[in-house]
Amino acid sequence: MSEVVYFELAEDALPLELPLMACPVPAGFPSPADGYSDQTLDLHRYLFERPASTFLAQVTGDSMLGAGINPDDFIVVNRAITPVDGHIVVAVVEGEHTVKRLRQENGRMWLEAANERYPALELPDDYRFEIWGVVTHVIHPFMKKKTPVAAWANQPRKWSPS
Amino acid sequence: MYALVDCNNFYVSCERVFQPRFVGVPGVVLSNNDGCLISRSDEAKALGLKMGEPFHKVRPFLEQHGVWVRSSNYALYGDMSRRVVEVLSLFTPEVEVYSIDEAFLNLAGLRYAAPDLVQYATEIQRTVAQHVGIPTCVGVAPSKTLAKLANRLARKLPETQPRVWVLDTEAKQQDALRRMPIEDVWGIGRRYALKLRDNGIGTAAELAAMPEPWVRRHMGGVVGVRLWRELHGHSCLSFDPQECDEEGQLVSIGASKRSLTHSRSFGKPLCEHRLLREAVATFVARAAEKLRQQGSAAHVLTVLLGTDKYAPTAGPSTHTTVVTLASASDDTSELTQAALHGLQELARPGVSYHKAGVVLSGLEPATQRQMGLFTKSPELLAQSSKLMAALDTLNARYGRQTVRYAVAADRDPVWQGRSAFRSPRYTTHWPDIWKVN
Repeated sequence: MSEVVYFELAEDALPLELPLMACPVPAGFPSPADGYSDQTLDLHRYLFERPASTFLAQVTGDSMLGAGINPDDFIVVNRAITPVDGHIVVAVVEGEHTVKRLRQENGRMWLEAANERYPALELPDDYRFEIWGVVTHVIHPFMKKKTPVAAWANQPRKWSPS
Repeated sequence: MYALVDCNNFYVSCERVFQPRFVGVPGVVLSNNDGCLISRSDEAKALGLKMGEPFHKVRPFLEQHGVWVRSSNYALYGDMSRRVVEVLSLFTPEVEVYSIDEAFLNLAGLRYAAPDLVQYATEIQRTVAQHVGIPTCVGVAPSKTLAKLANRLARKLPETQPRVWVLDTEAKQQDALRRMPIEDVWGIGRRYALKLRDNGIGTAAELAAMPEPWVRRHMGGVVGVRLWRELHGHSCLSFDPQECDEEGQLVSIGASKRSLTHSRSFGKPLCEHRLLREAVATFVARAAEKLRQQGSAAHVLTVLLGTDKYAPTAGPSTHTTVVTLASASDDTSELTQAALHGLQELARPGVSYHKAGVVLSGLEPATQRQMGLFTKSPELLAQSSKLMAALDTLNARYGRQTVRYAVAADRDPVWQGRSAFRSPRYTTHWPDIWKVN
């Protein structure tokens, strides 16, 4: 036996958006997934909180191995963040971009590698340097693709009948 | 109040964001096909290099003075421009993109949020510089024409201080008008400036001092009066938000364009008919894609061919032919057929062409097309629009020209314009991605 209960609805309520059900409403058992419908997760929005000031770069060197940044990894660089002691940053040193950890202490400032093969780089007051942006994330693949990530998406491919 | 934010030497500045070596060193960016100088760093300007100078003429001079050279990289500039606009919209919801490197901000309603306009404009400038890395000049005034004028004055300030100029009082506006030669006023062309000078009007202040009836009579009626009122600080120009497409061309947001053009100079002059067909078909495909993007269909298609501008032969250097379609279309195959038909008539055997292009006009909304007696049935139309939608989706996903009509060109056609010195598309193309050590 089914029982029908009527609810009163306010006529001039705010517009109510109902989620679109993913499957047709069945006459028998309802889908166990209904009621849990959600948007898909958007990794782009997670990594690029400020898309206008966030840039993606590929790392070429091994000076930051100790911080978990390997050669060929992608780093997410945000220019909207003001760098402070301990941030991993992209700095401009002698006309080149470089990833290092920024250290500040007692008015001294230096750039530190996370690899003992690279010496720290002291930044005296008169040294011309610039912090380009702050590294917020690293994207590291555990499986190497033969081609660079998603390079296929931009490459023309020849189709040939097999 | 309006603010005009203008990016300094925009293309040069974009290159510098990813190439710190270029900072403080003279540099230039070349136009399409590496033809002439279109962006110069301040250092290059100081060397006496002029806007629009042909590259081949100044090349030895550039090498001699260690000036770096880049071909234009519109993928990069378009992306950086988009970023600048996005940062500007943090300050006010009303941003009108005026060109790839300039935008007006409507500051009305910020009277309480931004009581100190100099401070506010400085903050805009500082934020754009930090977030995107592009230096700007900001001019603030009660009308767009005055904001443009204020921006010119800000540009003259030294780089060591904020390049901001605010015309918030009558006295400051008068001073700015007196300092502005008439040919530098926004909306006054070179020929018009000469005419005004003949009438003894040499500065913006002298024009503003003329009585309104004189302006109405001598300066094209209401258009002139509008300009004159703008100079007096009354805002008369409408606010028309636009954005730049990927080639740096302006597209109105909301309002659709009334015609669509796609034209290019060739890397080397073309004579062979097969190659001309290939080029024209490729340009039609691009124009048709833009057409569908704005939801229009075209009635009229113009094919244009350009011969050498600098050739000593008599006659015009651009030749066109117009093809009228039986009914408006947004179908690449129909438009291609029409264009190839036009090309057949236009192209002369044995003549080398330096440039080709396609213009689509007579636009109407694709959904409200006028049916013709001998045109496609609604079923065929529906089929065509489905096919075009699939084509656009595939090309958006896998890159331009992945799926194309056989007559159109592959991705690196022989006639493609020269860009021998293009920097990588750091922010928009995976294989080109910005590398950091």
